[in-house]
Amino acid sequence: MTLVDQAARVGQAPPKVAFLNNPKVRGIFWQALLLVFVVFIVWGAASNAYENLRAQNIASGFGFLDNQANFALSQSLIPYTETNSYGRAFIVGLLNTLLVAIIGIAAASVIGFFVGLARLAKNVLVRQLATWYVEFIRNVPLVLQLVFWYTAVLQPLPNPRDSIALFGGEVFLNNRGVVMPKPIFADAAIWLVAAFAAALVIGFIVKRWSAQRQAATGQTFPVGWTTLGLLIALPTIAFYALGQPISFEHPQLGRFNLSGGLRIIPEFVALLLGLVLYTAAFIGEIVRAGIQAVHRGQTEAASALGLRSGHTTRFVVIPQALRVIIPPLTSQFLNLTKNSTLAVAIGYPDLFLVTNTINNQTGQAIETVGMIMATYLFLSLLTSGFMNWYNQRVALVER
Amino acid sequence: MTLRIATFATAAILGLAVAQPASAQTLREITTRGQLVCGVSQGLAGFSNPDAQGRWTGLDVDVCRAIAAAIFDDPTKVRFVPLSSANRFTALQSREVDLLARNSTWTLSRDTQLGLDFTGINYYDGQAFMARRSLRLSSALELGGASVCIQTGTTTELNAADFFRANNLRFEPVVFATADETIKAYDSGRCDVFTTDASGLYAERLKLSAPNDHMVLPEIISKEPLGPVVRHGDNQFADLVRWVHFAMVTAEEIGVTQANVAAKAAEMRNAEVRRRNPDLARFVGADGTFGEMLGVTNDWAVRIIRHVGNYGESFERNVGERTPLGIRRGLNNLWTKGGLQYSPPIR
Repeated sequence: MTLVDQAARVGQAPPKVAFLNNPKVRGIFWQALLLVFVVFIVWGAASNAYENLRAQNIASGFGFLDNQANFALSQSLIPYTETNSYGRAFIVGLLNTLLVAIIGIAAASVIGFFVGLARLAKNVLVRQLATWYVEFIRNVPLVLQLVFWYTAVLQPLPNPRDSIALFGGEVFLNNRGVVMPKPIFADAAIWLVAAFAAALVIGFIVKRWSAQRQAATGQTFPVGWTTLGLLIALPTIAFYALGQPISFEHPQLGRFNLSGGLRIIPEFVALLLGLVLYTAAFIGEIVRAGIQAVHRGQTEAASALGLRSGHTTRFVVIPQALRVIIPPLTSQFLNLTKNSTLAVAIGYPDLFLVTNTINNQTGQAIETVGMIMATYLFLSLLTSGFMNWYNQRVALVER
Repeated sequence: MTLRIATFATAAILGLAVAQPASAQTLREITTRGQLVCGVSQGLAGFSNPDAQGRWTGLDVDVCRAIAAAIFDDPTKVRFVPLSSANRFTALQSREVDLLARNSTWTLSRDTQLGLDFTGINYYDGQAFMARRSLRLSSALELGGASVCIQTGTTTELNAADFFRANNLRFEPVVFATADETIKAYDSGRCDVFTTDASGLYAERLKLSAPNDHMVLPEIISKEPLGPVVRHGDNQFADLVRWVHFAMVTAEEIGVTQANVAAKAAEMRNAEVRRRNPDLARFVGADGTFGEMLGVTNDWAVRIIRHVGNYGESFERNVGERTPLGIRRGLNNLWTKGGLQYSPPIR
């Protein structure tokens, strides 16, 4: 075929081909075949499992979730006792996982961000420390780190009788965890929340006003400090105006443990420490890579315009670095959530450990494993959905 | 190529879909394989624990060895698979092991909901608490507010919750997946109390850094009948496992021991001796075809006693008063001596 022939064909109707050779028809045929195949596999696996369970007289179905659980849990964010159902125990586990994941993601992001900056610092000591931290933490298996924090750091703490008292005897540290006074909220305490919300709203209005003023006149206004001041001042004023609606329950030493007060169990502390430090090392590298991906010319251009170095970082480098940082950061957030299942090694009652217990007590292996998988899938999709939305917001808008 | 993969995959799925019936075939599988596969604990002194040479020993291990002796006349034809409390029943259901001899408590829900059958009770146990002597406790009823180390997936976990609730006491459960993690957490001071079956407490106490600083509280808070478990539906194999234990108990009842079994079997060749000792004659297989009824040879009981010994011998060797565990026979004595071990007649 010559070039002239090809050129002549441009703009003409496509040449006629036999029905069976039509790429579109073939495409649809193979897609349909694949779909049938996938449906067949899923159906086959499901009916096979069902038949085998029936043949072996193993009970199946989700009815067991309403039965009384009969086992106790060491940490629960909602009221839970042994007389509650397996379903509620599952929710308790889910909330415990969410607690460690949300705090973990926030803390790992903050620490990772500063580690990333430290890796690029001009100060040799800071830079070397950050490098050692990243290389050491990244290269030791996470489960070992968890066991280390749990057995080598937290368990050697003294027993409750010899607790270490901190903050003038208000907070106690021992091998059963950290015990602190527990705030008891009176009804009027709801106004404190209202005061806090009001401070946030005012801060938002100030920010918009400041942006408009800066656009019009070029004058800046310390929005951050103002908002921070409001967030502290308004609830404090409300607290005293309402006659101090929060009282504290102080922990008392009983025969075995400190009773009363608010206790953070060592399993939670160990899991959080391990997950945060481990994930922060990876996030640090992502942040470093993101910053280095911004071309030198951008920094030079910023200083040519007369921006101070802090402003260069804040307004020029970071916004561009974020575009590189966000996608791999999403993976780290997902990893942290999924790695929280290693809690089983140190006995933190997370979703995985609780559901495993349910599995052992009821013998409903397929149902409980299905529930675990579906829940982690849902959490992961939720996280990546949010991060994708955020990624679109910071992504370069091409014209 | 595509076609070949599709054919292969379809064949694989069809193969899966043909459900294996759980009927009488375990014994045939074992004979064909030439080996019994026995699910045991991950190391519980006295019950199932590898010794210095890596040889499994213990009261539960003896159940497996006795079955192998009855089938193969060779107690070493057993492969032991250590299982955690969490995965033991799944391993049995999925045919990874032929039976469990893994200090498992017989309960109604396990018997009915898991597709499994308990064949008997080779150790009558009960749950108890262990605590440090320095706490000067005299009763489990003083444990209000204590932190309790427990292994997950056990009846222990449920009994502890029942006990504290019934007595209106508060407690903090600290739950681990394996026995080792649990006892380590207790040893390090994370918990005030460690709870499991009384036999397990004596066994685990040996692992503590200072065993004598710890004491077992007097209360027994539950019934824990421990016994071998097989898959539901294979009654032939279930019968064999059940009667192997009964043979060991019967032997103790009628005074047959590892030392005298060969001599007693030889005596039975004499018709006059047979006539005067009908029980013994049936036991050694000189009268009747009881072994064949179970799917093994008629000298099955002789094989068991020759290789493993009777129930009393197995008990004293593994957990008895001369062992580090130092457990008295108590409930596990013969019914004629005030205990609960009782065998239906072999006839």
